Amino acid sequence: MEPVIFEERQTQIHRKGTQPFDLACNKDSLAGAVSQRACVFCGSRVVLYPIADALHLVHGPIGCAAYTWDIRGALSSGPELHRLSFSTDLQERDVIFGGEKKLYRALMELIERHSPKAAFVYSTCIVGLIGDDLEGVCKKVSKKKGIPVLPVQSEGFKGNKRAGYHAACQAMFRLVGAGDTTGISKKSLNILGDFNLAGEIWIIREYFKRMGIEVVANITGDGRVDDLRRAHGAALNVVQCSGATMDLALMMEEVYGIPHLRVSYFGVEGMAESLYSVARFFDDPEMMARTRELVREELAELYPRLQEFRRALTGKKAAIYVGGAFKAFSLVKAFRLLGMEVVLVGSQTGTPADYQELHDITDEGTIIVDDSNPLELSSFLKEKDVDIFVGGVKERPIAYKLGVGFCDHNHERKEALEGFVGMLNFAQEVYNTVMSPVWQFVPRKVRKAA
Amino acid sequence: MKDHNAPYTSTTNACKLCKPLGACLAFRGIEGAIPFLHGSQGCATYMRRYIISHFREPMDIASSSLGEKQAVYGGGPNLKQGLKNVQSKYGARLIGVATTCLTETIGDDVPLLVREFRREMAGGNGHEDLPALVTVSTPSFSGTHMEGFQAAIKSVVEQMAAGGPATEAVNLLPGFVSPADIRYLKEVLADFDLTGIILPDISETLDGPAQDDYEKIPAGGTPLKDIRAMGRARATIELGRTLFPQETAGRFLENRFGVPWRPLGVPIGLRETDRFFQVLEELAGCATPPRHDLERGRLLDAMVDGHKYVFGKKAVVYGEEDLVVGLTAFLSEIGVRPVLCASGGHSGNFGEAIAAVTQDLLAEPPLVREGMDFYEIAEEVEALAPDLLIGHSKGYHLARKWGAPLIRVGFPIHDRFGGQRILHLGYRGAQSILDRIINAILEKKQQDSPVGYGYL
Repeated sequence: MEPVIFEERQTQIHRKGTQPFDLACNKDSLAGAVSQRACVFCGSRVVLYPIADALHLVHGPIGCAAYTWDIRGALSSGPELHRLSFSTDLQERDVIFGGEKKLYRALMELIERHSPKAAFVYSTCIVGLIGDDLEGVCKKVSKKKGIPVLPVQSEGFKGNKRAGYHAACQAMFRLVGAGDTTGISKKSLNILGDFNLAGEIWIIREYFKRMGIEVVANITGDGRVDDLRRAHGAALNVVQCSGATMDLALMMEEVYGIPHLRVSYFGVEGMAESLYSVARFFDDPEMMARTRELVREELAELYPRLQEFRRALTGKKAAIYVGGAFKAFSLVKAFRLLGMEVVLVGSQTGTPADYQELHDITDEGTIIVDDSNPLELSSFLKEKDVDIFVGGVKERPIAYKLGVGFCDHNHERKEALEGFVGMLNFAQEVYNTVMSPVWQFVPRKVRKAA
Repeated sequence: MKDHNAPYTSTTNACKLCKPLGACLAFRGIEGAIPFLHGSQGCATYMRRYIISHFREPMDIASSSLGEKQAVYGGGPNLKQGLKNVQSKYGARLIGVATTCLTETIGDDVPLLVREFRREMAGGNGHEDLPALVTVSTPSFSGTHMEGFQAAIKSVVEQMAAGGPATEAVNLLPGFVSPADIRYLKEVLADFDLTGIILPDISETLDGPAQDDYEKIPAGGTPLKDIRAMGRARATIELGRTLFPQETAGRFLENRFGVPWRPLGVPIGLRETDRFFQVLEELAGCATPPRHDLERGRLLDAMVDGHKYVFGKKAVVYGEEDLVVGLTAFLSEIGVRPVLCASGGHSGNFGEAIAAVTQDLLAEPPLVREGMDFYEIAEEVEALAPDLLIGHSKGYHLARKWGAPLIRVGFPIHDRFGGQRILHLGYRGAQSILDRIINAILEKKQQDSPVGYGYL
């Protein structure tokens, strides 16, 4: 049997220390390689999904809507329209004669039924091919119903997830600027790139509140249409998960002059530095003092408990493969805080700058990989003899089949991993999987012991 | 109640999945096979995630990963490159190529492209290593995952089965049942001393043991040599009443190779299982082995012991049509009143099948609805006020809202552990479903009671 790495993919894999770093990325996935990537539609759906008072209608055959029905842990404090799965369920005759009429009727029907604040209409592969005028239908319905109806140009084949992020940002940007911004504090911001998985954005909002900052719009976790419409009244955009919502931050910067800061709420360092950078931005000594106090309080509670985990986990080996490289930075640091060694790190959609940063923060010998697949990942896990793999649902069975622990760090997760408390949850989850007695019975360990 | 002459235009919370997903599941049950989707990358990834979440097993689905350029100029080159890559890296012995809405709409002629690929590979070296290539048309805009599943099975048989000297084997086409169900069927055939060819066989490929190494393709699945020999078998048992009127793999084997076709309902509950065992008795020329007779006896005993707990309870059953038919048959046998049988499927044969299996048992036939989504099911539930729901995980929201217990069966089970090990078939499966139904009713009773009986 041939080695598991495709000739065409050699340049997308790097072992730190072996040669100058020059990782190829941003390439189309290799046909037949079982990429872990998704599509444009997936990117748009991920970003817009948590907007809880909007109607999310998927215009296409049933699959795209069915596979994204209530699968994410994005919580809402109020309406939960986002947890329903709406589709035009296009049939053969629609493909032949066009789906515009069906789309129109479906939109009218659903808006009447649910009275949403806005509607997002997602384009799927075949809509791009049969040439439905999404924009036209949306305009017509918007006029009739008096709410924004926004086309999302997310035809699956038109690129990868990143293109979908862009399409989502473009759709959201059409909402921004329409609302009344009176009464918004000068010390205010929008939270971009947090999806309120397991209630994470509530943790972050609480920190900002303690610092004395008003949050105008959650984009998009626990998101609301009206908040988005007045998001241009905020003084600052803080952007996490740079791939997903950075485009929106840039558009808002260009049109409304709102500056942005890149932040991370994962891990102690990232979380603390994010809060400090926001305090520095507002240049308010009192706010800075409050922020210091906040971080001190949180750490005083967190550190002693982290030490317990650290004692058990020191020296264990971790592998990371996530969607966006951004998350990987924080994970590398978080594992270091737990005394663990990261031996593999990769992402589906990292950029050259992302990978350079990963290269800079990882140890010698670490494997860095772009757009990997199950065969490669499983061979790396084995080669590095790792104790835990961090990824999403598709990575989980690779780890488990080989008898390796696993931590879900994807949108399906039900554990809050952000903030100081999130670091503790993360440590607990890592501990729970790494320290399980089951590994001593799995074939991999039994063979090694023999 | 909703007017079925004017159905809604939109679909909310679908009670079906798309066609290529079914094809991927079917291909996964063949030895050395890799499912391959000709389309954009997202389809494969979404389906993998969906399937993995149920089976908790690796599910590699290759994709031709079409981009914008290929959507315009045709996906042929990507398809061929993808096939080559799957062959070289996975060492696949069969690649099951299913189309998607994208490639159906741009009009790629996949059988032609695959023929070209075969020719091109034969020109080079190593053509003797070329895997079997099966193609199936699965446009997501027509039919559900079940049509995709059946279409894939039919394609496999049409493209691979051959005639020749007759064998003693019996073909068994079980449809989409659980790995535990397949293991049960194998056991039954073995107990009858029958050599079976079960297609597909996901008993190991989607419920495998812990491994020392990552298996590129999980062990197990229907052996290719067995599939080739299906045209020489003594008979084909094909399960699924809603399939009967259609062109199926079993019917094809009869028409093409003269293999007698024995269509049967999915053996769920007493009478459908009796019919199944009766056919096995005929084919094996012997009586049902004692252990299965005993299982039947114990099931009957349990039906008697439990009859008062369930009598008159109203049930809503939803999911894939043939699964619903089987479950409805069993519910009717134990005295539960099925009030709604719903499916996202649209075979046109659902009502007739339900009528056939509930014959002589129900004073009032249930509502039988094809093409339903969960919005419509919820509307019916309001009117019907059921005591329990039976179906897959996606009905959980409804069960929670309505406050009735949900008995989880079929696919997908995304909110419980062990979905791949749920046994539905045979006397043993019925026994297990009966236990679960009665316990769910008892638990609900206990929960709702202010007394807190510890003795029910």
